[in-house]
Amino acid sequence: MSRPRIFVPRDAGALAVGADEVERAIAAALCRRGIDAEIVRTGSRGLFWLEPMIEVAVQGARIAYGPVTSADVEALFDAGVLEGKPHALRLGKPEEIPYLKRQTRLTFARCGIVDRLSIADYRAHGGFKGLERALSLGPAATVEEVVRSGLRGRGGAGFPTGIKWRTTAQAQAPQKYIVCNADEGDSGTFSDRMIMEGDPFVLIEGMAIAGMAVGATKGFIYIRSEYPHAVETFGRALAAAGAEGYLGPRVAGSAHEFDIEIRVGAGAYVCGEETALLDSLEGKRGMVRAKPPLPAHHGLFGQPTVVNNVISLASVPIILAEGADAYAAFGLGRSRGTMPIQLAGNVKYGGLFEAGFGVTLGELVDDIGGGTASGRPVRAVQVGGPLGAYFPRALFDTPFDYEAFAARDGLIGHGGIVVFDDTVDMARQARFAMEFCAIESCGKCTPCRIGSTRGVEVIDRIVRGENQAANLALIEELCATMKLGSLCALGGFTPYPVLSALKHFPEDFGAAPDRAAAE
Amino acid sequence: MSRFETWNKDRAREIIAQHAEQDGAALPILHALHEAFGYVHRDAVTMVASALNLSRAEVYGIVTFYHDFRSTPPGTHVLKLCRAEACQSRGGDALAARAREALHVDWGEITADQRVTLEPVFCLGLCACAPAAMLDERVFGRLDAQLLDTLLSATRQL
Ligand SMILES: Cc1cc2nc3c(=O)[nH]c(=O)nc-3n(C[C@H](O)[C@H](O)[C@H](O)COP(=O)(O)O)c2cc1C
Ligand code: SF4
Repeated sequence: MSRPRIFVPRDAGALAVGADEVERAIAAALCRRGIDAEIVRTGSRGLFWLEPMIEVAVQGARIAYGPVTSADVEALFDAGVLEGKPHALRLGKPEEIPYLKRQTRLTFARCGIVDRLSIADYRAHGGFKGLERALSLGPAATVEEVVRSGLRGRGGAGFPTGIKWRTTAQAQAPQKYIVCNADEGDSGTFSDRMIMEGDPFVLIEGMAIAGMAVGATKGFIYIRSEYPHAVETFGRALAAAGAEGYLGPRVAGSAHEFDIEIRVGAGAYVCGEETALLDSLEGKRGMVRAKPPLPAHHGLFGQPTVVNNVISLASVPIILAEGADAYAAFGLGRSRGTMPIQLAGNVKYGGLFEAGFGVTLGELVDDIGGGTASGRPVRAVQVGGPLGAYFPRALFDTPFDYEAFAARDGLIGHGGIVVFDDTVDMARQARFAMEFCAIESCGKCTPCRIGSTRGVEVIDRIVRGENQAANLALIEELCATMKLGSLCALGGFTPYPVLSALKHFPEDFGAAPDRAAAE
Repeated sequence: MSRFETWNKDRAREIIAQHAEQDGAALPILHALHEAFGYVHRDAVTMVASALNLSRAEVYGIVTFYHDFRSTPPGTHVLKLCRAEACQSRGGDALAARAREALHVDWGEITADQRVTLEPVFCLGLCACAPAAMLDERVFGRLDAQLLDTLLSATRQL
């Protein structure tokens, strides 16, 4: 019999609920029982309510157990965990768990399955096929393949990735850059983190393809400081990829040069905005730049630069490997391919759900997410991070798609959904949106810098019942000014959560419940 | 014992020199100083400025712009509690109030015994296991009053 393998996630989400303690207990149990087995550290499958979820390989299949605590480990071994034997925590084949079975895992195909730091494992699971095909296609055809896939930026703005690449490819300059935006600041999102910790090579491969395609020899990845585990894992992955010749002067034996350097953010949300991020990389305060010039022409250190989100870049290898049409076959309307949706907050089955665009908000929250973790009714969900709108149940028929959300004064952003139960105070949430904007404003625009602080005060007055009609009119006027007078989406979109809370939940502001309807 | 070294100019000079050659060196230098000392000492501002050929005002501007950088030494332990929406939805605000009360501090302050600095953080990416916290380098999810109390008492013992 071959050496048994036990898979234990090392994703920060699993660590936060005791995965390292479980790993230590397993190592001790193996030692005590004199069993020679290999413990493989993986990413997370993204079923966080089951974390720490461990797996064993039995006759070529995986069997999962979870959620496991270190105290369960002895009993699991007594039950015969290495042979996949029954136990109260046994979940069966992970692929058969409905939550995973219903997904279309393209970008996350390997996450939670492979040894996150093994190039051999990555290759054995289809890794580097995209890079190989891109190298055989050459730069121009690679760019066109990404254009044809319909891939749109997963960082929030949804701009077509291929078009961005084409612009940078056509620019003439002595040096071009690929910048990966791993600032993932939106509450309720963690897909970038999961990729960096669970399948870092797919991101390295995506960045290398981007570099080859646009003629950039240098890449930077800007990882937020709140993600120390991602910084560590990605750093080790870079060293492994370099040692195997996938980075450096001759990428995968080709004539193309490409290297990647990690830079760590410093706790400023606005540095996720691409031009503020570039300023921060240049060693300055993260101030938003006016566009034009576009980063594609005039980006990092003044050179043509592609700035892409982690998931955009990590989706490129499968597009190249399987072809643009195979990717574009998934999705709805102008939203092609799959989106790693993140179910978070007060939700029973929180985790990562990758699916083709088009699944409705209601299916996601009620059906897949199983409603709230508290067991109380779902009252509101915030979609798309702190700048995203709050949706009431009445809008749960909205399909997950860039245009459909925009049509309802919302946005899908980076794909995060935060669920709230009926104890939520929506005036408090609206106030927080303004407070967050005040804390994180880069300070360039008055409506954002000062308006957000005024917004907090006005909401406080509304809630206290002072001159309600006048203050309600004032907050709407203030939001209109912020929308029009802000250079970036921090000031420009903070009105979304505020106005949606007011519109859909007026009763929480002490206003007559029928106020919105009467308008 | 503190996880940080006490401020030392020669050591700071060494750290700055290690990182000064790269493009956009300011953040990597400030991070390295922070890792060593736990804060950016007043004198470090002048030293970084002269190493990078910037004005002191520019470096000071950078230090104050980013929430991560402290200008005074932190406590022996740093407890960060997530204040963002996903954690709010799971009772994060009440836990934060409990921590502030137990420690007798507000956000960004240090306890009277110098053992704990309490800081807000806006998202640790642990939103499917909310509420979340970070104590020094360790992350914790599914935080409740009991786990919070355990963490608080750990800061008094370690
Ligand atoms: C305030 C603000 C914060 C942002 N934060 C992020 C972020 O954390 N990650 C990200 O990828 N994009 C973020 N964006 C969007 C970026 O500006 C940019 O659109 C994105 O990096 C482009 O990559 P993509 O086309 O691959 O999405 C943010 C934008 C704004 C206005
Ligand atoms: S809207 Fe706010 S964050 Fe954006 S550029 Fe203006 S001041 Fe800066």
